[in-house]
Amino acid sequence: MAKIKSLDDLRKVKSELQDKIKLRENANNPESMVQIKVGMATSGIASGAKEVFNYLSEELPKRNIDAIVTQTGDMGYCYAEPTIEVTLPGQEPIVFGYVNVTKANEIIEKYIKNGELVEGIIPKNYKSVE
Amino acid sequence: MATYKYHILVCGGTGCQASDSAGIIENLKKELEARNLQNDVQVITSGCFGFCEKGPIVKIMPDNTFYVRVTPEDAAIIIEEHIVKGRKVERLLYTDPETQQHISDSKHMGFYQKQLRIALNNCGFIDPENIDEAISRDAYLALGKVLLEMTPQSAIDEIKKSGLRGRGGGGFPTGLKWELASKSPGDEKYVVCNADEGDPGAFMDRSILEGDPHSIIEAMTICGYCIGAHVGLVYIRAEYPLAIHRLKIALDQAREYGLLGDDILGSGFSFDIELRYGAGAFVCGEETALIHSMEGHRGEPTFKPPFPAVSGYLEKPTNVNNVETFACIPIIINKGAEWFASIGSEKSKGTKVFALAGKINNVGLIEVPMGTTLREVIYEIGGGIKGGKEFKAVQTGGPSGGCLTQKHLDTPIDYDNLIAAGSMMGSGGMIVMDEDDCMVSIAKFYLEFTVEESCGKCTPCRVGNKRLHEILDKITKGEGTMEDLDNLKNLSKVIKDTALCGLGQTSPNPVLSTIDNFWDEYVEHVVDKKCRAGVCRSMMRYVIDPEKCVGCTLCARNCPVNAITGERKEAHVIDQSICIKCGACKDKCKFNAIEIK
Amino acid sequence: METIKINIDNKNVEVPKGSTILQAARMNGIHIPTLCYLNLDDMNIENKPGGCRVCVVEVEGRKNLAPACATECLEGMVIKTHTTRILNARRTVVELILSDHPADCLVCAKSGNCELQTLAQDLGIRQITYKGAQSTYRMDTSPSIVRDVDKCIMCRRCEMMCNTVQTVGALSAINRGFEAVVAPAFEQDLIKSSCTYCGQCVAVCPTGALTEVDHTPQLIRDLADPTKTVVVQTAPAVRVALGEEFGMKPGTIVTGKMAAALREIGFDYVFDTDFAADLTIMEEGTELLDRLTRYLNGDKEVKLPILTSCCPAWVNFFEYYFPDMRDVPSTARSPQQMFGAIAKNYFAKKIGVDRKDLVVVSVMPCLAKKYECGRDEFKENGDPDVNYSISTRELAHLIKQSNIDFNKLPDADFDNPLGESTGASVIFGTTGGVIEAAARTAYELFTGKKLEKIDFECLRGLENIRQATVDFNGTPINIGIAHGLGSARKLLECIKKGECNLHAIEIMACPGGCIAGGGQPLHHGDASIIKARHTAIYEEDKNKPIRKSHENPYITKLYEEFLGKPCGELSHHLLHTHYFDKSKVEICIE
Repeated sequence: MAKIKSLDDLRKVKSELQDKIKLRENANNPESMVQIKVGMATSGIASGAKEVFNYLSEELPKRNIDAIVTQTGDMGYCYAEPTIEVTLPGQEPIVFGYVNVTKANEIIEKYIKNGELVEGIIPKNYKSVE
Repeated sequence: MATYKYHILVCGGTGCQASDSAGIIENLKKELEARNLQNDVQVITSGCFGFCEKGPIVKIMPDNTFYVRVTPEDAAIIIEEHIVKGRKVERLLYTDPETQQHISDSKHMGFYQKQLRIALNNCGFIDPENIDEAISRDAYLALGKVLLEMTPQSAIDEIKKSGLRGRGGGGFPTGLKWELASKSPGDEKYVVCNADEGDPGAFMDRSILEGDPHSIIEAMTICGYCIGAHVGLVYIRAEYPLAIHRLKIALDQAREYGLLGDDILGSGFSFDIELRYGAGAFVCGEETALIHSMEGHRGEPTFKPPFPAVSGYLEKPTNVNNVETFACIPIIINKGAEWFASIGSEKSKGTKVFALAGKINNVGLIEVPMGTTLREVIYEIGGGIKGGKEFKAVQTGGPSGGCLTQKHLDTPIDYDNLIAAGSMMGSGGMIVMDEDDCMVSIAKFYLEFTVEESCGKCTPCRVGNKRLHEILDKITKGEGTMEDLDNLKNLSKVIKDTALCGLGQTSPNPVLSTIDNFWDEYVEHVVDKKCRAGVCRSMMRYVIDPEKCVGCTLCARNCPVNAITGERKEAHVIDQSICIKCGACKDKCKFNAIEIK
Repeated sequence: METIKINIDNKNVEVPKGSTILQAARMNGIHIPTLCYLNLDDMNIENKPGGCRVCVVEVEGRKNLAPACATECLEGMVIKTHTTRILNARRTVVELILSDHPADCLVCAKSGNCELQTLAQDLGIRQITYKGAQSTYRMDTSPSIVRDVDKCIMCRRCEMMCNTVQTVGALSAINRGFEAVVAPAFEQDLIKSSCTYCGQCVAVCPTGALTEVDHTPQLIRDLADPTKTVVVQTAPAVRVALGEEFGMKPGTIVTGKMAAALREIGFDYVFDTDFAADLTIMEEGTELLDRLTRYLNGDKEVKLPILTSCCPAWVNFFEYYFPDMRDVPSTARSPQQMFGAIAKNYFAKKIGVDRKDLVVVSVMPCLAKKYECGRDEFKENGDPDVNYSISTRELAHLIKQSNIDFNKLPDADFDNPLGESTGASVIFGTTGGVIEAAARTAYELFTGKKLEKIDFECLRGLENIRQATVDFNGTPINIGIAHGLGSARKLLECIKKGECNLHAIEIMACPGGCIAGGGQPLHHGDASIIKARHTAIYEEDKNKPIRKSHENPYITKLYEEFLGKPCGELSHHLLHTHYFDKSKVEICIE
């Protein structure tokens, strides 16, 4: 690593390094973030949840969206797997079913960015998984 | 570059390392590699989380899952269940002692809810051996700001405005201290960081150095700029190998980045830091003794004035601050004096780190805003008294502090309130006692410590404390007289009044505060020859109840000194002049016939 | 001088800025008791660790008591020195010290002269409230000094003397808390340390923790033995201090009474070390002239400056710390040893006594002399030239034991032939004296002219390091003087670096020279006593009819009858010595 020669340099280095620790920073303030839980029980993984989890984890930071992507166990909607639960700051969680990479992209662009609902919402009749 | 989906933080503080947190890390990495997940999950050795009672602690981000008392063998299940399957490992979660519910997120634990972490901000959050993580958390930004955008005086003014006071125990306003050193004439000045943490059970400084060493390096450099020093010295006890190791790594990394050394950030200001090792003498926490020790002399205090700000290390102006004090500096510069001053009580600003110990459920390191009450600390953060016993006293300020009682529980903790209550802040030790603790023995315990740690320079501390201890010993042996109590009081007062340094001036505090708050217990020991807590052995009498004794002879056969006599099938008797109070008879008796009186 | 206003014991007074409370009190006639504090003001010797806490006073606005010795007066300070709070604290502190002190005053060497005893009496202490364990250490007896550390009160005066003033570093505080004590490193015996036996620790010890090895019982035994002939020699500095032990004013010259007392005690011959001092000048002066002449003639091998060698503690010092420079000092033995050699090899024969039956005793202001006379090179077949050396204090005890009313004694003279001396030898007793005596003789021998002005004022004084140039009839001779081993170290380091252009240097281990030696009556921190002795030495010199060593007729006779010439073969054998490398102090941790 070269020497940091000025305050501006330091600020630049800091902003570059920040991404590395963003995941932890975000976790510290979950209420102000988009929180996404991906159902990852055996059935979910079999139906492609892993790809969705990886896609979301990688795409959201790229699109400069502060989000927490975690996996969770079986959500109880095996029929609609893979399922994801999205909680926008200050809003009620919404569960989407049959999510693949394309769908996930749509959820990001429409619901997360603009709050527009997209197809595939599963009515909320369950308790959010802790 | 891989984007990690999970960060696993494993506590690498001295306490958790002793419980093999290194083994946990090794196994976690192995398990990840076995599943080819090493690019998805990052394992980080962090500083102390504070909840040492429950260590080793493993925290999984971003979902903030807080696993307690983890063993290396648990690594497999954590990876398999949590990481692969997204299922929390219930048995490793913290159980709330009241509700018996599992709590997975540390934010919802009583231990953390009332805490506010400023000095410990990065401890347990970053990898202390990686400067990049520190920089991403604003490290050295305050330094840059001070060096390039502020004059020394304006930085000092900022510290003054923040109301920060010395966290080592004295509570002297930090900004004022810096100002005195800055105004002392001289080209050669020194910044000293006092890392000679000596209070029994206290480890806040060690945790900061182990968890966030860059905050100290940054603060010392800021101080150097403010007072006009170019050399910083960290006086650290050699018994802190891990803190020394991490500090050395941090120093090397800071030098490599040009954040320490010549012309820092192009400001033209140069500063570097050296380590000096202490041999663990308690008195070397006193700043003049510390300076003598650094100079290679006998570690004993000298009379102030002259203050180190005028004549310190090598007789040059020297500013000595404690680790925790320094840890508050960068954040004050970054967030502003007003922000800091808005936390805490009227005359004590900011937060204070305490090492909670004793008969309390949640032993560990905590940081709370000044003005938090003892009750909040003991019952909400500390989770109350162990085993549902009765709270009796809390000792604050280490061996130099005093014992506070029930009536002080709602006292907001700050420098002045603690002194008014007959104790002191000290460096932040907090030891909780319950009904099973004998207050005379507690006072004796602390005196034993000061007798051991006195440097021996001044008469009151060298001889006076020894005599205090002897009188207390006499009382706990049941040989005390009322005259001894009078002498105890007079001697304590004279020692406070005449001792040379802070150690001696405060050493009688445990005696005076227990006399004030538990006078009855002293009188009981002296007049009734009784120790209500059952701690003072020589005062206990094992007596056989003739009604209950069936004469089975079991007790007599088990007595190691043959103090029990009696015919078979007749009540036995214990000869008190022979009995050594070992309790073997009581343990053996099947008829509950032996009582302690 | 800038002054400040303070209020002390309800009196408004003005004191010089920078005064301590203790100084301010003393200036205003207020007595604050002290114990660890010691100040020999213009000799640059001060001890104020603020450790004993006896001098504590109340300062308005301070929550605890302040040590008067170490607290500087500030403008407007309000001070109380004797409130009941202070009396209670002071008494308690002294009781604490006494509670860890052996109560064996009856057999203590310091009894009657002990600052702790005096303090306890002044404070009216009749009982010790706080009894408890006492710290005990083993007794350490060296050739010169006895350490009975049970009596150490941690005043640190000895440590200050040994480290700051003498830079010897044999004594320092070790251990912690109740076990803390001043001792050689690793708690070894003094004999295994780098101690030079200068005795300055003994000179300042307020209690009986550090005392001289007492040789009087042995001396009395020898005096009582009819087969022994006992001769005594008395050093120059003894005669200007001994009177103090009998209530006389410091600086009273008691040469005649001393000789009378010694005779009354029963010494067979009462001689004078001064005689040997004159002899020293002959030998050392000749050596100086020889080196000087060779140097002036361009001899590059010659070692200059020449250093005096009459002080045994100084000899020890360079043997320990500057062994590579041991060819620099003069090889002349000290007057004590020259006397011993002459007494046993010349005088014994003269009176027909076997040297084994001749007991040579010296009375010295010095404790290192006790060590010196035991050095192997000063013995013949195991028989020492000087059997033992007693201090001025021991002599005073002996006189008192012998029921001699010292003050009323008529003056007496020394015996001959070893009792005659000159003014030059008397001034050996103070700093600058040896070199002045040497200059008086060297001048006349070097120039062949009569010295008109005998008093070399430029060589006198009490400044720690002094330099002067003496005109030897056109040849400037640069002379240096150092007293106190710390000052000696400074000069030696200059010589080592080659930064010194001096021809001759006098060094005395004790600050002030022999008048303030470790065997003298205790000054208890009063520098005026030392100054009075200093003045008295020059007074005695002035009163002597002969003031140059080479004019001492008995010296001339000694060379004619016995020695031949100065630095001749017999002189070389009897009056000169050689030095050893002692830099490797053996450390054995038990």
